[in-house]
Amino acid sequence: MDKMTEVTTEPQKETTTFADIDHAMGLRMYENMRRVRDFDEAVHELNAAGELPGFVHVYVGEEGIASGVMTAINDDDYITSTHRGHGHCVAKGVEMDGMMAELYGRVTGICKGKGGSMHIADFSKGMLGANGIVAGSTPIAVGAALSAQMRNSGQVAVCFFGDGATNEGIFHESLNLASIWDLPCIFVCENNGYAQTTATSYAMNVKDLAVRAKSYNIPGVIVDGQDIIAVHRATKKAAERAREGKGPSLLECKTTRFYGHFEGDNLKYRDPNEAIEARKRDPLVLFADNVAPAIGVTTDEMKVIDEKVADVIKKAIEFGRSSPFPSPEDCLNDVYVNY
Amino acid sequence: MVDRKKVTYRQALNEALHEEMAFDENVFILGQDIAGGAQNKAPDEFDAWGGPFGVTKGLVGKYGKSRVRDTPITEGAIVGCAAGAAASGMRPIVELMFIDFLGFCLDQIMNQASPMRYMFGGKAKVPMVMRTMIGGGFQAAAQHSHSCHSLLVHLPGLKLVTPSTPYDAKGLLKSAIRDDDLVIFVEHKGLYDTKGPVPEEEYLLPLGKGEIVREGTDITIVAFSKMVLIAYEASVKLEQDDISVEVIDPRSMSPLDEELILNSVRKTGHLIVVDEDNPRCSIATDVVALASSKAFDSLNAAPKMLTPPHTPVPFSPELEKFYLPNADKLVELVKETVPAHA
Ligand SMILES: Cc1ncc(C[n+]2csc(CCOP(=O)(O)OP(=O)(O)O)c2C)c(N)n1
Ligand SMILES: [Mg+2]
Repeated sequence: MDKMTEVTTEPQKETTTFADIDHAMGLRMYENMRRVRDFDEAVHELNAAGELPGFVHVYVGEEGIASGVMTAINDDDYITSTHRGHGHCVAKGVEMDGMMAELYGRVTGICKGKGGSMHIADFSKGMLGANGIVAGSTPIAVGAALSAQMRNSGQVAVCFFGDGATNEGIFHESLNLASIWDLPCIFVCENNGYAQTTATSYAMNVKDLAVRAKSYNIPGVIVDGQDIIAVHRATKKAAERAREGKGPSLLECKTTRFYGHFEGDNLKYRDPNEAIEARKRDPLVLFADNVAPAIGVTTDEMKVIDEKVADVIKKAIEFGRSSPFPSPEDCLNDVYVNY
Repeated sequence: MVDRKKVTYRQALNEALHEEMAFDENVFILGQDIAGGAQNKAPDEFDAWGGPFGVTKGLVGKYGKSRVRDTPITEGAIVGCAAGAAASGMRPIVELMFIDFLGFCLDQIMNQASPMRYMFGGKAKVPMVMRTMIGGGFQAAAQHSHSCHSLLVHLPGLKLVTPSTPYDAKGLLKSAIRDDDLVIFVEHKGLYDTKGPVPEEEYLLPLGKGEIVREGTDITIVAFSKMVLIAYEASVKLEQDDISVEVIDPRSMSPLDEELILNSVRKTGHLIVVDEDNPRCSIATDVVALASSKAFDSLNAAPKMLTPPHTPVPFSPELEKFYLPNADKLVELVKETVPAHA
């Protein structure tokens, strides 16, 4: 058999040895997660204060996934994202000034105010777009992987999506296509237990989404999404496989969103204890408690990062707030290259 | 007690659903989060959401999980499933949360449900309703603001209604549910909180019949869905300029109440169509073509359209203001169209 068809059903947990994570990587991981967390905590507050137009979905609680993946792939690799996409953008290195200005609908926004929260993209960073259509980006990632394969560029494409997205037909179509063509694609499912109000346990009859990989004869791996090290390692493995031409993998990262589905959600469908329990496994705290001491990342070093990130976010908010709106006629441009 | 003079559009729809589920036990509803949590293992509240805008709230408690079904995110399967259930004796109502998600289920509409009766020589019946939601104005950007109803009006074998008031919403939804064909029921997210009189007594409104919202003599404005509110507002403003506007709400796009529109155009000699869909190959071009081909001799000026520009829906509030039709833009267009009164 030339393909690895194993579905790993034991969650990949942090071990006590971190030989593969050096001090510099540790700092990078912490900073990446801190940026993702604090950006959306700020968005959470700005939205509550009525400052941001439109629908907003925050990523708080799921940082271990975006940061674990992004620290395991290259800057020129591609990602596609979801409606809950701020974390993916920040982790991939999209500038927060432009992101914040986009959320404010300003002309200095990363998409000139055309897209907003659900449509942040930065092609210069390999970030091919957040997406308001659930599962809408799965074939886009497959296409980016096909492009990389045809150009022989060595890039991989990472497709982020939620548990809910895996019930769309296009999810099946995309994984099948990626599998038969051995495309360098990594499908990263963020299983947070809910799609809006609907529990994953109701919406599908399998406990672990990773088993769906079996039908495409690709590896399916269950990962503890709160554990950045586990996500990082699983991604590394999948990326190596992809770059060797062996095809796609499916990673199921188990996680919990700390807040509601969108900003304004009444959350009455979820036992409040779920969020309380989940906060005990905060990916940043887990890192600080378990990983940092083992690899020599100090509390002081993390404090320096905290302050630096707080500063960047403060500036981004100022930039967003003080930037001008687009002029109304800007509505008409960027529809075509040429018409 | 609800003040029957001030019933919201949301409440009117909810009442229609309650009444029709009580009236016919074959009526059932399926959609994403229409109960919202009722299927979860240990929910705090039985239907936490009642649909994203609360339209289906309270139904699961009364009619049970078998008839009020939360579904996975799987638009193609639920719309097709509704068609299959309809063709075999049930009367399903399927909710497509936003019309923007039409792409995932369009095959089931255009190749399965809508031509089924015709392809099978009149043997099949597909008595189903697909409720869905259009509309901008919420800075929801390009994938949550579509008003692409014209795509569906294009198709034979389905009916499409676009209520603009709570009264119409209730009467038309009840009729849609009782109708034996596929009916697409198009709500506007900017209308759910609007209020209007809805009688206590039961009533039905016929599909395909429009209404003169306001009588006038100088110009006919045909408007759909939320745009009817804009047309009315413009007509009030235009009184000051001594321009008498007739506002027509066809209420259904398919079938279209052609006679109502043509009679009005024959009377006023001027026509503007207001709609929130894209301007090309749309219901607006359709109504303009109707008037041009069947009331040409009565027209004193070229018929016009007020629609968004031919672009996707932008996010920024400033851009969206430019994008969407509003009463001021309509007033301007009317003044350009109708000659100044002496
Ligand atoms: C095709 C489509 N159907 C429905 C929706 C409405 N919707 C937005 S987010 C969402 C839930 C998505 O759940 P999941 O994929 O698990 O992602 P999560 O929000 O949990 O991160 C739904 C149903 C949509 N945006 N697109
Ligand atoms: Mg989810």
